[in-house]
Amino acid sequence: MSLIKALTEKPWEHKGVIGGLDPEGVFDTASEKVALVIFLVIASVIFSMFTVSYYVRMELPDWTPLSEPSQLWINTGLLVISSVLFQWARSTVSAGKQKNIMTAFIGGGVFAILFIAGQLLAWQDLQAAGHYVTSNPANSFFYLLTGLHALHLLGGLWVWSKSSIRLLSGGKTEDLRLSIELCTLYWHFLLIVWLLMFAVLSNT
Amino acid sequence: MAYVPLADQEQELSHPHSWVTKYVWSQDHKVIAIQYGGTAIAVGLVALVLSLLMRMQLGFPESFDLIDPSSYYQSVTMHGMIMVVYLLTALFLGGFGNYLIPLMCGARDMVFPFLNMLSYWVYLLSVLILMASFFVGDGPTGAGWTLYPPQASMAGTPGSDTGLVLMVASLAVFIVAFTMGGLNYVTTVLQARCRGLTMMRLPLTVWGIFVATILGLFAFPALLVAAVMMLFDTLLGTSFFMPAIIESGSPLDYNGGSPILFQHLFWFFGHPEVYIVALPAFGLVSDVLSTHARKNIFGYRMMVWAIIAIGGLSFIVWAHHMYVSGMNPYFGFFFATTTLIIAVPTALKVYNWVLTLWEGDIRLNAPMYFAIGFIFTFIHGGLTGLFLGNVVIDLPLSDTYFVVAHFHMVMGVSPVLVLFAALYHWYPKVTGRMFHEGMAKLHFWCTFLGTYAIYLPMHYLGFLGVPRRYYALGTTDFIPESANDLNTTITIAALFVGASQLLFFINIFWSLRNGKKADPNPWGSASLEWQTPDTPPVHGNWGDELPTVYRWPYDYSVPGAHQDFIPQNTPESEEPTADEVHFDPDQDASKANT
Repeated sequence: MSLIKALTEKPWEHKGVIGGLDPEGVFDTASEKVALVIFLVIASVIFSMFTVSYYVRMELPDWTPLSEPSQLWINTGLLVISSVLFQWARSTVSAGKQKNIMTAFIGGGVFAILFIAGQLLAWQDLQAAGHYVTSNPANSFFYLLTGLHALHLLGGLWVWSKSSIRLLSGGKTEDLRLSIELCTLYWHFLLIVWLLMFAVLSNT
Repeated sequence: MAYVPLADQEQELSHPHSWVTKYVWSQDHKVIAIQYGGTAIAVGLVALVLSLLMRMQLGFPESFDLIDPSSYYQSVTMHGMIMVVYLLTALFLGGFGNYLIPLMCGARDMVFPFLNMLSYWVYLLSVLILMASFFVGDGPTGAGWTLYPPQASMAGTPGSDTGLVLMVASLAVFIVAFTMGGLNYVTTVLQARCRGLTMMRLPLTVWGIFVATILGLFAFPALLVAAVMMLFDTLLGTSFFMPAIIESGSPLDYNGGSPILFQHLFWFFGHPEVYIVALPAFGLVSDVLSTHARKNIFGYRMMVWAIIAIGGLSFIVWAHHMYVSGMNPYFGFFFATTTLIIAVPTALKVYNWVLTLWEGDIRLNAPMYFAIGFIFTFIHGGLTGLFLGNVVIDLPLSDTYFVVAHFHMVMGVSPVLVLFAALYHWYPKVTGRMFHEGMAKLHFWCTFLGTYAIYLPMHYLGFLGVPRRYYALGTTDFIPESANDLNTTITIAALFVGASQLLFFINIFWSLRNGKKADPNPWGSASLEWQTPDTPPVHGNWGDELPTVYRWPYDYSVPGAHQDFIPQNTPESEEPTADEVHFDPDQDASKANT
């Protein structure tokens, strides 16, 4: 349904449930997915606002760039693996197969947990080097942004753990199809956010 | 996958068994709406009392000892924040959005009822956190509702410690609640409309609430970001917003932060917030006007486009709140231009309301009184907005009562009049009883004339240069004695308006028991919510079968129709045919005269 067509309809002229006036959801998909996509847009706004604030604050004279710990490269790898595993789980479910679904789906979550653990290690490294949250605005932003990203991931892991329990207790993959699909979408989103964030942090 | 409207699917409705699951932990959108509405109005009363305390101080500065300078600023802050966020936003979207969206969309409930329930309880939590700040050591924050740093966290500002933290935390919690509700409203409108209900057959109420919710979902994150960074500054000692600053002679630990950044973030939320409140009001008032004028809304499509255009433009006008903040003057030019542009779709809506009334068969019921009253107050408030949108006019007026008068007229009185119009209009559907018409009309006149008595003189005070935000004016050369007399008059009017709101509460509570039993559709309205099989609608809304929609919601004064209107769910086959069309009595009379 084209947006222009929808918005230029003259509702006073057409009556009845006819042709083009048949009910159409604006999006041809499950409501949960629509809601998730809207949520992802909201999350993008939040991350963009922080990024804009980051660049504005960076211009001020007391800013000292932070050299990011190399641990972050390993963490990035972990998150990429996590996302790949989720994608694998999703393709498996879409193809209607059962095999390897446990490895893929549960493995995906486990790698995300490893990513968060890795982020905590990075925080520890920074603290050990004397870079505390209040030492410099660059540090404050680093802790804030990585923390916020990890919080989003934790939210995802909460949904993932519920689906995993259902999967482990013998739930049919068919019933979990939507859940797996949405988890995958969310993980890809958080991977993209992380990659952009990592690029911003390490280039400034 | 072929699209099946969610309303037609076998939806998993919760089946409450006990009183608690039915009325407390309820997942029914109607119960949640009433919970939202009740809480919002209750907390709004707190804000009303605060404003009366302020007015007592301003009107009779020497005679009362009710509040000191600190509690005056605390009252200003809490009054503003409660009214804007916790009353208006919550009541329009959480209250009316919840009640009307599923009913007007022909759905059984919101698409995510559990999330919807959670939304209310988290909202209640945010209100409780905010109210808790009245009871902590140094009381709530007195930073002004805009919470500008650095003064918000400086020791001289009342409640700069716990009070500020509680306020900011409460806002963050509110945003979580709003997001849960908002996802529901938007998804329900997009995906769960009943058969035949295209987007352009939705009542303007739904359009207003829908677009306002989208604004909220994208604007509140800016406030969340500001709130989080402010919490970091206050609790952990970071310097996101806090510059190097000296307090009582000794430098604080902060260094180099940007207060202007906070202002940008705050107003990137703050301006759309005006429309988060205004757009639902525009929608509701359109439906009330159309129903009681027995005419289709004038220019339906234009009204929808205007709502969308205003929604889009509202994101690029925010810095008109910051002309005096010291930002680059070129910004001011840009934002003045966009601000004046946004007046175009807004004015268009006003013309269309007036044209809806033109030659209508107007029924002057109490809801219609409030709706027409809104047109007046909104035009006045909107026109002074044009003054303030221009940089050169704003600069001298910015810190005066002119601004107070402007935004109270456009964003206080106007939406509140719509709220009353809507509360009276839908009261029979929600409760199954009619309210007392005479008392409601008396309530209207007291409120309408009373608020004019408050805010018209305030414009004049502004032109005199009387500064806002002052606890007491004292004696200065440029403020004549008459200004003080005017302040006294305003206070008396404010007390009168405040007291007259009792009429509303007496009316709605008295009518719950003693009101006449309401017809299912007492106003003869064509939209879906009036066509439910039960009044008030029961859980699941529609009995066994969901409605099918055959037409738009504004078929009023249709020649030959049984009751002069055709409900949205009446099939074409039941329409009056050409033979059945009776002679219009008005035309009959005019023909007889010629």
